[in-house]
Amino acid sequence: MRNITAQAATAAAVPAGSDVAVEVRGICKMYNEVEALRGIDLDFPAGKLTTLLGPSGCGKTTLLKIIAGLIPATSGEVRVNGKAVTGPGPERAFVFQDFALMPWATVMRNVGFGLELKGMGKNERQAIAQKYIAEVGLSGFENKYPHELSGGMRQRVGLARAFAVNADVLLLDEPFSAVDEQNRRKFQEDLLELVEKEKKTFIFVTHSIEEAVYCSDRIVILSRRPGRIAQIIEPEIDRTASPDAIRRDQGYLDTVEEIWQGLKHYVD
Amino acid sequence: MSFPVQANGSSRAVPTSEASFFWRKLSEHRTALWRLASIGLFFLVWEIAGRIPISFAFPTFLETLRAFVTMTLDGSFVAAYAETLQPLVIGITISAVIGIGLGIVMGLSRFAEWLVAPVFIVLQAAPMAALIPLITFVYGIGLVSKTLAVIMLALPVIVLNGYKAVRNANPSLVAMCYSFQGNLWQRITKIIIPDASPVIFAGLRLGLAAGFIGVILAELLITPTGIGDLITYHRSVANYAEMYAAVVSIILVSTLTLAALEAFELRVLRPEKRKS
Repeated sequence: MRNITAQAATAAAVPAGSDVAVEVRGICKMYNEVEALRGIDLDFPAGKLTTLLGPSGCGKTTLLKIIAGLIPATSGEVRVNGKAVTGPGPERAFVFQDFALMPWATVMRNVGFGLELKGMGKNERQAIAQKYIAEVGLSGFENKYPHELSGGMRQRVGLARAFAVNADVLLLDEPFSAVDEQNRRKFQEDLLELVEKEKKTFIFVTHSIEEAVYCSDRIVILSRRPGRIAQIIEPEIDRTASPDAIRRDQGYLDTVEEIWQGLKHYVD
Repeated sequence: MSFPVQANGSSRAVPTSEASFFWRKLSEHRTALWRLASIGLFFLVWEIAGRIPISFAFPTFLETLRAFVTMTLDGSFVAAYAETLQPLVIGITISAVIGIGLGIVMGLSRFAEWLVAPVFIVLQAAPMAALIPLITFVYGIGLVSKTLAVIMLALPVIVLNGYKAVRNANPSLVAMCYSFQGNLWQRITKIIIPDASPVIFAGLRLGLAAGFIGVILAELLITPTGIGDLITYHRSVANYAEMYAAVVSIILVSTLTLAALEAFELRVLRPEKRKS
């Protein structure tokens, strides 16, 4: 485990040897009179999974939606691959907490929806959708409707839809919070495989410390409202080990404990 | 020793399996059966009420049924509906196009909402039947007046339902479409309209039902034509069975049209509901 908060305080820490996919500079967000985020400076390394972690109401989802271009920041700037964000763009794809699947569309159409909006032909987009449906483990469910799937499977559809548009940056807003515990564990393991395979930048919002430590290359801990960066941690866990070994790993457990100690005083 | 037992067993088994097959078939259509039973019970009560009789102007169910069959066969229903359906179809088509269009615009724009919504809220609350005679002063007693009567009754509910449906379209799906760079047109056609379609169609069904009321009112209040004429005529000559048969035919046509509309909705817009 590496705590790089000190560097983070001086300049948004750039980890050696990796490119920066997303730069966040001086982001502030006011909701009327309420200050949600204050002076966020952050770099998200390319090809890594970075988690935004914090107590509820710390503005982590707000920050993710600002990066996605879904809501405007009050001040500050977000750059993705060096280009300033003014709205949603093809280099980013969002995975929604409530899945946001169209109930009237099959799994196939839902997964291909991002491509459909771009005006891609039916055969072409179905071929791509088919590939990602298989990749998230939903082969055979192409013609099912969302209400016929479990929560975990629905979120796999959401993930496949985000993969299908081939964005560089995937933004996941508490993707597992509506998925039951057992499915969540399996899904986390599968997600790590996909991170390895897809070589994309993942930005992941969660309120689960275990999930953050288990999945992330980097954890950004935000403090309570107004949200500011409290700590940046790199768990440095050996991911070649089996999932069960990781969950019993001393480094993993220590990191979870340390984050909990840091967050404890925010919890009433 | 075993042979007769077996023979006995098998000869018994055949009717039981047939019976269980029958019961299984029956339970598959249980809801349909209950609906039929409900209608049957209603007809029975009607028949009894007609035989008491509660009024000399109240025919029994069987008399009405006989009149209904006669009127269907002699073509008087066909001729009547050919006339009645004209203002209804024109009026409902106009109401549906204007109503859904206005509803969507109002759902998407606060300005249009403030401008248009109060008018329709007032219109929906107003006693439209009382206003129908006023139309004749302006548009006479022809097709225009009757079409207007249909529109006056059907339009408000279609507009208000469409507007509420669009306003309450799932914000998460709208955000999803936006995040995948869907433009405004795609957002409306691919997300908002399908998501709002159950409520829009509920409005259309209510509008259609109101349209039936409108056209019958127009035929009774403005000039007796079509099915309204059948009712008025048979009442005036005290053919109560025929009069009731005409009324029943309206209910039948209206119910069948509503069912057809529902089937269309399931087939075209919400395939997932058909499957479940």
